[in-house]
Amino acid sequence: MKINNFNWKIGGPAGFGVMSSGLMFAKACSRAGLFIHDYSEYPSLIRGGHNTYQVYVSEKQVHSQRKIVDLLVALNEQSIIEHLDELVKGSGVICDSAKVLFDKKSLKKKGIMLFDVPFNKIAKEVGGDEIMRNTVTLGATMALTKHDFKYLEKIINDQFSDKDKSIASQNIKAARAGFDFIKENYNIDSFDFFLQAQNNKPQMVVTANDTIALGALNAGCKFYAAYPMTPASSILHTLAARGPKHGMVVRHAEDEISVINMAQGASTAGVRSMVATSGGGFALMMEGFSLAGITETALVVVEVMRSGPATGLPTWTDQGDLKFVLGAGHGEFDRVIFAPGDQEEAFYLTELAFNITEIIQSPVIVLSDKYISESHLSIPFFDTKKIGIDRGKILTETEAKKLGDKYKRYQLTKDGISPRALPGQEGVRIFLNSDEHDEMGYSEESIQNRLDQVAKRAKKIKAAGKLLPPAKLYGDKTAKITLVGWGSVKGPILDAMQNQDLKKKVNYVHFPMVAPLPANTKNILAKSKKIVLIETNSQAQFADVLRAGTGIEVDHKILRFDGRPFYQSELVKEINKI
Amino acid sequence: MKKPNDFNTTHEPTWCPGCGNFGLWGAFKQALAELDIPRHKIFGSYGIGCSSNGANFTKINVFHGLHGRPLPVAEGVKMANHDLTVIALGGDGDGFGEGGNHFMHACRANHDIAYFVHDNQIYGLTTGQTSPTSAKGIKSKSNPLGAIDRPVNPIALALSLGATFVARGFTGDIPHLAKLMKAAIKHKGFGFVDILQPCFTFNKHNTHQYFRERVYKLAGNDTSDFDKAQKLAREWDREDKIPLGIFFQNESEPVFHEQLPQLTKETLIKKKLPVNLKPDFQSYI
Repeated sequence: MKINNFNWKIGGPAGFGVMSSGLMFAKACSRAGLFIHDYSEYPSLIRGGHNTYQVYVSEKQVHSQRKIVDLLVALNEQSIIEHLDELVKGSGVICDSAKVLFDKKSLKKKGIMLFDVPFNKIAKEVGGDEIMRNTVTLGATMALTKHDFKYLEKIINDQFSDKDKSIASQNIKAARAGFDFIKENYNIDSFDFFLQAQNNKPQMVVTANDTIALGALNAGCKFYAAYPMTPASSILHTLAARGPKHGMVVRHAEDEISVINMAQGASTAGVRSMVATSGGGFALMMEGFSLAGITETALVVVEVMRSGPATGLPTWTDQGDLKFVLGAGHGEFDRVIFAPGDQEEAFYLTELAFNITEIIQSPVIVLSDKYISESHLSIPFFDTKKIGIDRGKILTETEAKKLGDKYKRYQLTKDGISPRALPGQEGVRIFLNSDEHDEMGYSEESIQNRLDQVAKRAKKIKAAGKLLPPAKLYGDKTAKITLVGWGSVKGPILDAMQNQDLKKKVNYVHFPMVAPLPANTKNILAKSKKIVLIETNSQAQFADVLRAGTGIEVDHKILRFDGRPFYQSELVKEINKI
Repeated sequence: MKKPNDFNTTHEPTWCPGCGNFGLWGAFKQALAELDIPRHKIFGSYGIGCSSNGANFTKINVFHGLHGRPLPVAEGVKMANHDLTVIALGGDGDGFGEGGNHFMHACRANHDIAYFVHDNQIYGLTTGQTSPTSAKGIKSKSNPLGAIDRPVNPIALALSLGATFVARGFTGDIPHLAKLMKAAIKHKGFGFVDILQPCFTFNKHNTHQYFRERVYKLAGNDTSDFDKAQKLAREWDREDKIPLGIFFQNESEPVFHEQLPQLTKETLIKKKLPVNLKPDFQSYI
C-alpha cells in the first residue's frame, strides 16, 4: 500500500486541456496538505503535438519530478506509446478504448493495470461537450487514489469562477461521472495508491515565473516592460494581471530593444524597473544592457533560459546561456547574476536583485530556466519582510536642492557609487550619458578621466558585499564526493541525495549566484576530494567559470543538454558510476 | 521669464561652423524659454549623432542614450513621471533607420511627449553616409554610385501611423521653428516635428540654398483635415515644394498615460513601494 507517494501524468494533444487539468490535480493535492512538484512538456505549437503534465505528490517536501509513472492518463493513443517505458508493474493507465487501438494485452502482460474509461462519451453525455474529457479523467483519478472528491470539486469551482456558473457545474458533473464510473466498474483497492489529506500550512502552487513576478511586486517594482518570449512570457501575464492593483505599469513594448531602453527611462525617473525575456530576447537587448553599465542605471533583467542557439528548442530547458549572460553587453562593467535554484529562491533573489541594483547602480540579472520557471512547487507563503527595501544612494528633494549646480551624477567617491538625484528634483541637473563622461556627465575623452571613471565603475560591486548570497552546502560536510551545481539543478540533486539507491556518500554545493562567484566559493570547496559538476548544457560552462574564478578544477561532469531536466533516478545512476 | 541662454551649459557646441544644428538648438532654447517650464521639470532624451551631442550643451535633465533609442527612453520617463515635460531628440538616421520601429509605435501609442528629428538627409557624425531621408541618386561614402532607395517621407509616415501632431520646420527660420516646437511640446499627445537642417560638411545636395528655394510656410490650412494633410505631405515628392508648419493636429485622441487607471491619481514615482501580497499568495493556493 503506497500512501501519499504518487506520480501522476496526463498526456494528450495541445488543446485537450492537459495543462489546466495538470494544475487542477496539483492543487487538489496541495490543498489536502500534500506536497507537490509538477513538470510539463510541450512542443512549440498551439494545436496538436504531444503535451504532458506530470504531478509528483508526496507526504513531505519534494524538489523534482519522478520518472516512473504510477498512473498515466492517456487522452490519446500516442500518450501510451510515448510513455510505455515509464510504466512498471502496478502502474495504471486511464484510457478510452474507443479511441485507442493499442494492444492492451501487452500492458496487462507487464502487470500494468488498465482502466478503460469512455471519457469522450461520458464528457459528451454528462458535460455536453467532449472538451470535458480531461475533467472526467480527473474524477477517475480521484477515485483510483481514494482521494476526497471535494478537493477536486472546489478547485473546479475556483478554476471557472470568472465564467458562467453552468461551466463549473457541468465540469463537476463530468468529474463526478468519471469518479463514479471507476467506483462502479473497478475494484479501486486493486490499485495500490492512496492519497490522504494531512495537516499542513496553506501552500501556494507556484512556478519560478510566478515567484519572480511576486518578488518584483514585493520589492516595490512599479514598471515592467517585456516582449513575449517563451519561457518568460508568463511573468508578463502575471504582472499584467496583478501589477496594476499594486500601482505597477506593465508595458508590452514593440521589441526587446525598446523594452530595455524604456525600463531605463523609468528607472532614471526613479521607479524600480524590471524586464524579462529568454536568450534570444536578451541578445537583442545587448546594447541597452551595456548602456545601463555606463549610465549606471539600476535595472533588474530576468533571463529565462531555453535551449539555443537561435530559436533552438523554444519550450525546453537548458543552462546554455551562462557564459552569454556573464559576458553580456559590449565593454567592461560589473553585473551581479543570481541563479535561483527553485521557486522559493526565485522570490527572495528577485527581491534582493532590486536592492543590489540600486545599491551598486549597475544591472542585476536573475537567471532562470524553463524547468523551474514553468514547473510548480507547493510552498508556504513567503516572508514579505525578510529582504526589505534599500534604495541605495538616492537623494531626497532637500539633499538635491542643497547640492544644486554642484551636483555630479558621476561623482568620484570612495566606494565608486555616486549620489543619485532624480529628474524633477529642484536645483539639480540630471545628466546620464552613454558616452564616457566626466563627473558631471559631460562627454569627455581625456586619459585621466577615462581611467578615473573605469576605476570608479569597477569599485562599485564591492558595496553589494555581504548582501550577496553565499554558496550553500547541503549534506554531510565530510562526504568524499561533492556535487556542484547552480540554478535549477538543485531540485533533482537534493532528491537524488535522499534516494535509497544512491550508493555513494555525497554532499552538494549550490550556487545561487554565478557572478560574482560567492565569496565563500574557495572555502566551501576546499575539503572536497572529488568535485562533480552537474549542469544542463553540453560544454560544462560552469567548470570554466569556477576555474577562472578560483583555480578549482572539476573532476567529473554530469551533463544533460537534450532539453529535458535531470531526473533524480538518472543522477543516482550516474553518481553511482563514479 | 527665462531667456534662451539660460539653457546653455558650461560646454560650447562642437558642431561645424554653419551647421543647421545651431539654428535648431537656438529655436529649441527659445521654445523652452517661452514655455516657461521650470528647468528641472524638463527631460530631454537624446539619441546618438551630431544632433544628440546637443545633450552636452542644453541645460535640462538629459539622458544621452543609444543611437536609435531616444523614444523608448522618453516613453519610460513619461510613464514613470508624467509631471515631467519630456522631449525626444535625434537625427534622421537615428529615428527612421536604427529606431524606425520605435517611431512606428510611438506614433500610435500617443505618449504625451514631443519628438524633434534633426533631419539633415545624411549621416554626419559617421562622416557622410546615405541616410533614410537622402534623396534617390545621392552619392555618398556608403553608396558611391548613388542611393538606390527612395527616401522616407517622415511627414507622410507619421500621418499614416496615427501621429496626433505632425509638423515640419526649417533651421533657416528660427522664430517659425521655435513656434512649431512650442506647439509640439504643448500638444496633448505625440508631437512630431521633422526639422530640415542642412549639413554643410557632408550633404552637398540638401543645402541651405536648396531649402530656401523650395520652402514655404503653410498658412490657413485646416490642421484637422487628415486627407488634406496627407496631400500636403506629398508635395515635396510631387511638386518639389516643401511646406513648413503644422500639417495635422488632433487633440481629441487620449494620451497614453491617461489611459492607465493606476496613473489617474498620482504619478508612478509617487507610489508607495511596499504592497500587500497576501491576497495574491492566497490566490495561488
